[in-house]
Amino acid sequence: MKAVVLLDFWASPFGQRCRIALAEKGVDYEYREENVLGDKSPLLLQSNPVHKKIPVLIHDGKPVCESLIIVQYIDEAWPDRAPLLPADPYSRAQARFWADFVDVKFNECGSRLWKLKGEAQAAAKEEFIGILKLLEGELGDKKYFGGDAFGFVDVALAPFVSWFYSYETCAGFSIEEAAPKVAAWGKRCMERESVANALSHPDKIYEIVGVLKKKFGVE
Amino acid sequence: MDQHSSLKLLGSWADSHTHRVQLALKLKGLEFDYQEEDVVNISPALVLHNPVYKMVPVLLHKDRPVVESVVILQYIDETWAGNPLTPADPFERAVARFWCHFAEDKLAPAVGAVFSSSGEGQKAAVDQVHENLKLLECEMRDGAFKGRRFFGGDKIGLLDVVLGCGSYWLAVFEEVMEVKLVDPESFPAFHAWLRDFEEQNEVKETIPAIDKLLEYARGVRQMMLSLSSSTSTSVPATAAANATGNDDVAVDAIDGSSG
Repeated sequence: MKAVVLLDFWASPFGQRCRIALAEKGVDYEYREENVLGDKSPLLLQSNPVHKKIPVLIHDGKPVCESLIIVQYIDEAWPDRAPLLPADPYSRAQARFWADFVDVKFNECGSRLWKLKGEAQAAAKEEFIGILKLLEGELGDKKYFGGDAFGFVDVALAPFVSWFYSYETCAGFSIEEAAPKVAAWGKRCMERESVANALSHPDKIYEIVGVLKKKFGVE
Repeated sequence: MDQHSSLKLLGSWADSHTHRVQLALKLKGLEFDYQEEDVVNISPALVLHNPVYKMVPVLLHKDRPVVESVVILQYIDETWAGNPLTPADPFERAVARFWCHFAEDKLAPAVGAVFSSSGEGQKAAVDQVHENLKLLECEMRDGAFKGRRFFGGDKIGLLDVVLGCGSYWLAVFEEVMEVKLVDPESFPAFHAWLRDFEEQNEVKETIPAIDKLLEYARGVRQMMLSLSSSTSTSVPATAAANATGNDDVAVDAIDGSSG
């Protein structure tokens, strides 16, 4: 086993955050695909006994769990290059706030766009557009959420760029129309090797969403 | 003549997230102005400084707002170096952050569910609290926190502040709801830690008196019970959607809230 191992699932946006961070830092690691449709591996169960979920980063045998915690760990364990969090405490607080927002608001509401139908879905769409506009405001005319440098919030949100097509198709709206700066940011992120290599193709995500919809009995 | 402090905290007296920030500021020996906020009739100040969530606590430092208690705690720790709350080692930090997130994402909602439910639902909620406490107890007895007086070691750290400010609700709910949440025999490590935590001077100065908390909890419980008996409640779509496939790794891997 290499010094750095990532237990992951190819389509997971949370796992992709970790892959992007490791690539930005140029860290060599072993990628291990977990068979999430089957049995959880003994290594996963041992490394994340509390949640039994990927992603898990194992560094010199010590497991780190939860994607945003893993990304911060990667930033702190390899501090000499490509900083993901800014140096100044206030900017760090802003970055942590918005990364958490991606989980608590963006992803949570985004999942309702494909899990729900009818009026509930329409309500989720309105809410999601509101969330996009907040991100649009926070991004402003910056190249990245981190400013000129690709940073923590960018890593947190970038994997969901592959999900834009699914959100738009399931709920019937355009992200480009609702938040043109965020849409442009998404394209800029895809030009980065670390992001392009990590993300799944939007068509593949749409297929996965179809599978999940069947599981939830939404059709 | 009072010097206007560069620090101002917008909070609510019965809010554990506010207590976390108050405690951290005290541990750092920092002076601050405090403004009590009405969390029902939200003030313009709260809307201005926390437009996204419109919630307390908000820490204003030289008029710049920082929100979300765990974000605020890390901001305080990074701005004022004395008496550090966060571990120095990156792995230790990751462990502390993990359990802070566990406290927010799993334990606190489970404890809240005990308070807002009754009958069979409450029994299930109590079981959930016990499940969560068992995981923590195990970590304290045999895992990352083995042999420590506090999560931070010999002194209170980030995780102590996060878990400690909120754990007093366990005793309050036990009395108001007449349920057993933290039995000292089942959770000896947790009990010992909480007792030591609550003995700290700064903690005693921060946490409101138990009788005030009891009165508050009884009031809220009464209101909840009268509301639920007079209105029809339907399970929100999100709760229904999230309730299915909870143990489904495929779904969680893609969609997991704690991923």
